[in-house]
Amino acid sequence: MDIHEYQAKEILSGFGVAVPDGALAYSPEQAAYRARELGGDRWVVKAQVHAGGRGKAGGVKICDSDHEIHEATEGMFGQKIVTHQTGPEGKGIYRVYVEAAVPIAREIYLGFVLDRTSQRVMIVASAEGGMEIEEISAEKPDSIVRATVEPAVGLREFQCRQIAFKLGVDAGQVQQMVRTLQGCYRAFTELDATMVEVNPLVITSDARVIALDAKMTFDDNALFRHPQVAELRDKSQEDPREARAADRGLNYVGLDGNIGCIVNGAGLAMATMDTIKLAGGEPANFMDIGGGATPERVAKAFRLVLSDKNVQAVLVNIFAGINRCDWVAEGVVQALKEVEVDIPVIVRLAGTNVEQGQKILAQSGMPIIRASTLNEAAERAVGAWKNDLSQGVRMRAVS
Amino acid sequence: MSILIDKDTRIIVQGITGKMARLHTKDMVAYGSNVVGGVVPGKGGEQVEGLPVFDTVEEAVAATGAEASLVFVPPPFAADSIMEAADAGIRYCVCITDGIPAQDMIRVKRYMYRYPKERRMVLTGPNCAGTISPGKSMLGIMPGHIYLKGNVGIIGRSGTLGYEAASQLKALGLGVSTSVGIGGDPINGSSFVDILKHFEADEDTHVIAMIGEIGGPQEAEAAEFIRDHVTKPVVAYVAGLTAPKGRTMGHAGAIISAFGESASEKVEILSAAGVTVAENPAVIGATIAQVMEAA
Repeated sequence: MDIHEYQAKEILSGFGVAVPDGALAYSPEQAAYRARELGGDRWVVKAQVHAGGRGKAGGVKICDSDHEIHEATEGMFGQKIVTHQTGPEGKGIYRVYVEAAVPIAREIYLGFVLDRTSQRVMIVASAEGGMEIEEISAEKPDSIVRATVEPAVGLREFQCRQIAFKLGVDAGQVQQMVRTLQGCYRAFTELDATMVEVNPLVITSDARVIALDAKMTFDDNALFRHPQVAELRDKSQEDPREARAADRGLNYVGLDGNIGCIVNGAGLAMATMDTIKLAGGEPANFMDIGGGATPERVAKAFRLVLSDKNVQAVLVNIFAGINRCDWVAEGVVQALKEVEVDIPVIVRLAGTNVEQGQKILAQSGMPIIRASTLNEAAERAVGAWKNDLSQGVRMRAVS
Repeated sequence: MSILIDKDTRIIVQGITGKMARLHTKDMVAYGSNVVGGVVPGKGGEQVEGLPVFDTVEEAVAATGAEASLVFVPPPFAADSIMEAADAGIRYCVCITDGIPAQDMIRVKRYMYRYPKERRMVLTGPNCAGTISPGKSMLGIMPGHIYLKGNVGIIGRSGTLGYEAASQLKALGLGVSTSVGIGGDPINGSSFVDILKHFEADEDTHVIAMIGEIGGPQEAEAAEFIRDHVTKPVVAYVAGLTAPKGRTMGHAGAIISAFGESASEKVEILSAAGVTVAENPAVIGATIAQVMEAA
């Protein structure tokens, strides 16, 4: 789960990381008012969206008066911001953060991630702050400093000093760096984050070390023990289809194709999408409905897949291990009775009781296209979709 | 010979009183696995499917001589249960639980390293379907009947995709020596490399099938290991050709976040190491059959 910059800063500040003075605003008037409350004569207004690359996309503006703040934020609220991390549909701006500007002497990149090779928390830092880490690793790979943390003892001070000295930080600011690094690490582990990124971490011209930007991602599997973090979820920043799927306990990722997929198991779901692609089609989504393909779950899955207006055929691929094909077949038939579907539906069943399952599908009277292998399923799905297109059938699912 | 388990392996089920655990315990017993008991704190003295339930793994090991354990404990408590098994002297643990926090798994891995290598528990999973040596023992939740006994060793991150591969083999009359699910989580007990070592040493395994997916460094690490240390033919498939970058595809670990983590990059790395890659999941079985014939 992602959170906003201002929320990440509030959390990190609680762990001893220095951040600029700032205030949140929901309207241009409020933004100008809050700037006056903050004081000073230069502010930065930042669109709060769950994506990096805001600066280049016009989501960060420096202002020297409340008039400028009003004008800048008026151009932000209600707009969509499109960056390399948002996808073409972009993310809506509904909150703006106003911060007192700080005089920057130098910028550092600082990231904490779960490193899968060492199976530990890894710190990634670079003296080339302000650039995206992808750019840094492509253009200045030698500038990257890495350290992994031994989980039993946590991040040691000597490691922090090592990082600071490698980054060329002046001896006078090393203690502030230690405090910053340890604060980020404690926030990471105590709140079950999977990523903490401070980019840039700045050293000001008056020698303070300050987190100018902050991003945190949390482990969804650990939210149960951090209700205060779970509360920060902002649905306005999520793909509405995916948010709905998550609320229904289905695993769904929307894509740009037009063959909807309903599969049990994440690996098989990906493999099904691959087979569709190899057969000449484009998958509309990833969906894992999990182990128990009950009629209710299958019906929910159909409704969700059909809510994507690009979907022109649906491929159901269930390998019954725990459950049985006859139960799954009944589920599919019942779901199709409940959810009105006017596009081709292809069903492939495999595993336990497959013959009985096929029989139920065949005798249901529903227009179900059956397949027995993965390849057959994908080819029939792509074929049915192309056939419908060539016949000029108006295809729109009613959900 | 088979790897990790055989027909005599004494198995306990942690969390045996849960609905799913009961169901699968029954299936395992029916398959012929040597299940000797279960563990649920506070339910010691009860019976499930005629098997004794113990309060602690330590007691279960003392009373039954259990060597292997299957963990069915809910995510918030699963890491603790794995550590309990490691401490009690369990030799091989399979964790089925999906949804264990990643940092809990970091602690589990660290904890397991407190034991010297000779008595360090082997863990596979979490978030996997388990391990099966067809005709001998099943330590997991897979449908046993889709596996024929034979000479293909399977290692996979995904449960149902592993079933797909096994049933394709069965349709071709080919069987499996052992199939090991290593799970879809970012931090897991055993890697592809760990299990490749077992298969390389197993005389019943003639060909190794590796079923990978997007995300993480494991397939690339396996490629390097295969190139330098594996003499047996290896066939691989990597799921997620169509997966977009930066999105989690169901499994917590299935996310492309760095170079070398996409399906096409993994295919390239594996091919360069001499692995035969099936580009289409529908022909995993056929590709294995071809490689076996050529070998």
